[in-house]
Amino acid sequence: MTTTTEQPVRAPAPHTAAPADRARRTARRRRLAACGVLMTPFFLLLTAVFLIPVGTATYLSFFSDDQPGLGFGPERTVFVGLRSYAAVLTDPTFLGGLGTVALYCLIYIPLMVTGALVLALLLDSGVVRLRAWAQLGLFLPHAVPGIIAALIWLYLYTPGISPVIDLFARADITIDFLGVHTVLPSIVNIALWSNLGYNMVVFYAALQAVPREVIEAAVVDGAGPVRTALRVKTPLVRASIVMVAMFTLIWALQLFTEPMLLSQSSPMINSRFSPSMYIYDAAFTRNNYSLAAAASVVLLLFTIALSYGVTRFTSRNAAAEETR
Amino acid sequence: MSATDSTLPRPRTLGRATVNAVVGLSVLYTLLPVLWLLLAAAKNRDALFGSALLSLSDFSFLTNLGDLFAMEGGQYGRWYVNSLLYAVLGAAVGSLVSVACGYAFDKYRFRHKEKLFGLVLAAVMVPQTVLALPLYLMASEAGIVNTFWAVFVPVLFNPFGVYLGRIFSQGYVPDEVLEAARIDGAGELTMYARVALRMLGPGLVTVFLFQLTAIWNNFFLPMVMLSDQDLYPVSLGLYTWNSSASVSPEYYPVVIMGSLLAVLPLILAFALLQRFWRSGLTAGAVK
Repeated sequence: MTTTTEQPVRAPAPHTAAPADRARRTARRRRLAACGVLMTPFFLLLTAVFLIPVGTATYLSFFSDDQPGLGFGPERTVFVGLRSYAAVLTDPTFLGGLGTVALYCLIYIPLMVTGALVLALLLDSGVVRLRAWAQLGLFLPHAVPGIIAALIWLYLYTPGISPVIDLFARADITIDFLGVHTVLPSIVNIALWSNLGYNMVVFYAALQAVPREVIEAAVVDGAGPVRTALRVKTPLVRASIVMVAMFTLIWALQLFTEPMLLSQSSPMINSRFSPSMYIYDAAFTRNNYSLAAAASVVLLLFTIALSYGVTRFTSRNAAAEETR
Repeated sequence: MSATDSTLPRPRTLGRATVNAVVGLSVLYTLLPVLWLLLAAAKNRDALFGSALLSLSDFSFLTNLGDLFAMEGGQYGRWYVNSLLYAVLGAAVGSLVSVACGYAFDKYRFRHKEKLFGLVLAAVMVPQTVLALPLYLMASEAGIVNTFWAVFVPVLFNPFGVYLGRIFSQGYVPDEVLEAARIDGAGELTMYARVALRMLGPGLVTVFLFQLTAIWNNFFLPMVMLSDQDLYPVSLGLYTWNSSASVSPEYYPVVIMGSLLAVLPLILAFALLQRFWRSGLTAGAVK
């Protein structure tokens, strides 16, 4: 931290010690009060829409509304311990959703990170014509809301409307974008289309900040453009790569909007296709709050564990690189 | 850039062509679906399913536009206004709150500061869908479920904005300026409002824009909180209409036209505020 809100302590003359001390203390108190005022609105929000909800979800996951007897009489909320967790973790539809999202992440994240990085490196190489226009074109889908992106692609996947399927048909290829094996790649494509340009701009901004002398030194040492890009530039933007991978992962684990919309047209997507859809289905279709809460906590722990894994993995790699 | 151009050995023409082809194809990949939306918005229902995409013989852009705003008693216009309210007001208030907090994290010292900041960063990681059920239950307890506030209050929360605010504050607001203002006898909060906030301007715009995009995109929260169609944002409204389209195809042209109009505000915002968010992205990326 570079902040220096406190003056270095000098030994004051004995007879001025008390007033100077008091002045300093009032100044400090005033600063703390101001700090409190500036921070309070945010921390009120943090408490109301983050801490209390996480607490509530955890609480709900350990309790259940039990109806006594034949369903007559008042409902009671009873402690059920880990019963809801056992129900979630042995539910094949939940585990299936978790597997779907894991597969989705395995396809999507490497494609996204390498795709955006390669495009940024190409744009940074200085060879591309109309660079500013290319960037703008690539970035455009970021301005398209997720649900609209899903709508556009749903229509492009729908026989009869889609010019893409039309083109394939003319070449005598029948393709069903919403079939058993194609529906997940189709969702990956929507997400990739939406976010590729945004992440490319993040990488490009980081590449622009690489000192030019470093690249010139590599060129003087005889490195070609490809070698410079992979061995010199890429390691220098590692921080951005980690950041992009993290955010992509966090968003990918919440997979909801695209399958929710595609499920209107594809029987391949059921109402518990992903963990987030499972939570929605449990809470608002089946009204089973403890099950939904337990699934939420599991998804939360899953997210935290994986993001922690990503940061650990990349920092260990960085350490290994440095010792080489 | 020119420095690299001159010092790099000229790549072979073949390499140059490949690079341009790869970038060109990627741009086509990102642009063509938007172009399709634009062309499809000009088609009537029969042409949408029938004729070639590029034929302009049945140009019915204005008819579709009229149909869109006439459908179900002008619901779309109401949704559009709702979306603008949620997004513009929410992003304005939310970015002010987050940047103020980020500034305080940077400029003041107190005990357990970094632990508290860690909590803010942890909040970035938590999936929206995890918070939805408890938020819904809390809102129904408070009696605000199915009201404007049920959607508006949660979207104000932007922990990533606090992170950005702290970085911008480090970069744009020199401590010496604050010390000088203190010596001139300015109060801490006056100093923030008059001196620091002005310097934080570009950062504030960046956080505003990020949050505007996020709220305009928001789909899950309104879906959970709202049952009154008059309160829907555009995203949820189009989702509902699209589900009707599989039964009654007259919804297809209005959904497509509605999608096209829903894309415009963000394109406009990004174009107008380009200077600001570019610097903002750099700050977020290089750190």
